[in-house]
Amino acid sequence: MSCLFEMHSVSVSYGSGFALRDVNFSVNESDFIGVIGPNGGGKTTLLKVILGLVKPVSGELVFNKDLVDGKSIGYLPQISTGDVSYPLTVTDVILSGMMIRKKIISRMSSSDKKRAAEVIGELGLSRMARSSLNELSGGQLQRVFLGRAIIGDPKLLLLDEPGNFVDSNFEKDFYDKLRDLNKRMAILMVSHDIGMISSHVKSYACVNMGLHYHPSSEITNEQLLAYGCPIQLITHGEVPHTVLKTHN
Amino acid sequence: MEGSIFQYDFIIKGLLGAVFASITAGLAGTYIVSRRMVFLSGGITHASFGGIGIGYFAGFNPVVGAAIFGILSALGVEYMSIKQKIREDSAIGILWAFGMAIGIIFIYLTPGYSPNLMSYLFGSILTVTNADIIALGIMSVILILYFSIFYRTILYISYDESFARTYSPYVNTFKYITTALIALTIVLNIRMAGVILVLSLLTIPPNIAMIFTRVYSRIIVWSILSGFVGIAAGYVISYYAGIPVGATIIFTLVLIWAIVKIIYQMIRSGKKDARRTTQDVEDKSLITNDK
Repeated sequence: MSCLFEMHSVSVSYGSGFALRDVNFSVNESDFIGVIGPNGGGKTTLLKVILGLVKPVSGELVFNKDLVDGKSIGYLPQISTGDVSYPLTVTDVILSGMMIRKKIISRMSSSDKKRAAEVIGELGLSRMARSSLNELSGGQLQRVFLGRAIIGDPKLLLLDEPGNFVDSNFEKDFYDKLRDLNKRMAILMVSHDIGMISSHVKSYACVNMGLHYHPSSEITNEQLLAYGCPIQLITHGEVPHTVLKTHN
Repeated sequence: MEGSIFQYDFIIKGLLGAVFASITAGLAGTYIVSRRMVFLSGGITHASFGGIGIGYFAGFNPVVGAAIFGILSALGVEYMSIKQKIREDSAIGILWAFGMAIGIIFIYLTPGYSPNLMSYLFGSILTVTNADIIALGIMSVILILYFSIFYRTILYISYDESFARTYSPYVNTFKYITTALIALTIVLNIRMAGVILVLSLLTIPPNIAMIFTRVYSRIIVWSILSGFVGIAAGYVISYYAGIPVGATIIFTLVLIWAIVKIIYQMIRSGKKDARRTTQDVEDKSLITNDK
């Protein structure tokens, strides 16, 4: 199993204090890692470092250039910054994900467009392929952005809080889709909702300024204490749950 | 004889001017309207008036002065917004008035009366020189090449800049180049429509197109076509009515916008009515079947 990238003692600061401190972390080809931790703990910052959007103040990030580099990663942002009233169709937005495979001159070939139609079909958006973004619901919009993240068939897929907009109708399909994608790409999924991801990921990274990696999918009470507040999980006994080892 | 040659020359100049103005304004206008840069473009336009004033005072071509001022102010605002050093709308507001102030001061200091000044404020086809037309022609070619070669790149950067940064190291380069080209387009079109009216030449045609299409490339095409119709009709009306051409063009364009909007609404409500009527018939037949 080949490594996609390695982080060595990476620290990030936005001015006052650290957002990430002395993080050592690596991701392998077929990983499916749940990134959990409290709000403001540095989960999104971790993704931004991997994407090259935030420069570490110290430490380094080394990509295995044969498999992936900083410009060929699929990314689903937590909050999309695109203007929904911009004159673009759903197909156009999804096609923009192909840019990770393009040089500066960026014509979309007919096979790119065929691929877009496939992705649109898989995500159940066929009826809206030619709609503009302001005609879509929040959940549909999130699926468009998921399509944009996966169309380029990246080796590494970063998902920031994908659960925020996934409605219950689409939830099962969504996780099935991710499991399917995980056969071709490593997935790093950020969520503050442990219950949402515990039954889907293979391993965990707990981020609260520092990063603790748990190679198997178990969660312990001590680990939940990283949140700094009491955590309740209310179930009817049928919900799958996992327990991780404690941090050292 | 002389008169007819003059008239022929005038018509050719007007026609070429209309073609090039509508091409440049259509391409640049679609970009600024989609990216919500209309206010920035207003700032660039008025800031360039400072260059016009200095050109008059120092005795060089005011268009060159305007181009330098326009491009520098556009790049300055883009730089500040990328570095997030200042609130963009405040920066534009300051630049807007500052450019006008410099222009007015230098024109006031220039000895004698400046007969062409009104043409810079309100535009005039009479004072447009062959060099102006050639410059607009070259600008049209540059913009067509730039937008067709880098179409998707420009489109995706202007739609979602922070996402584009995840895959492209050239986001800032493209933003600077595009903004500089937009500034140059605005300055060259000032000769046609004037400082005060040029902004509408860029913003009205894309808004006409966006009434009935949301596809970017179609907005460009329809902007160019509607811009040309507006300018050409503006010429003819201003010629026969003896009113200023810049103002007539803008008036015509707004009129076209209103007419297209009304027709589109009528067609849409017509379709809805048709659907409703079919629905009524279906409903009634259901009721009858129930009975």
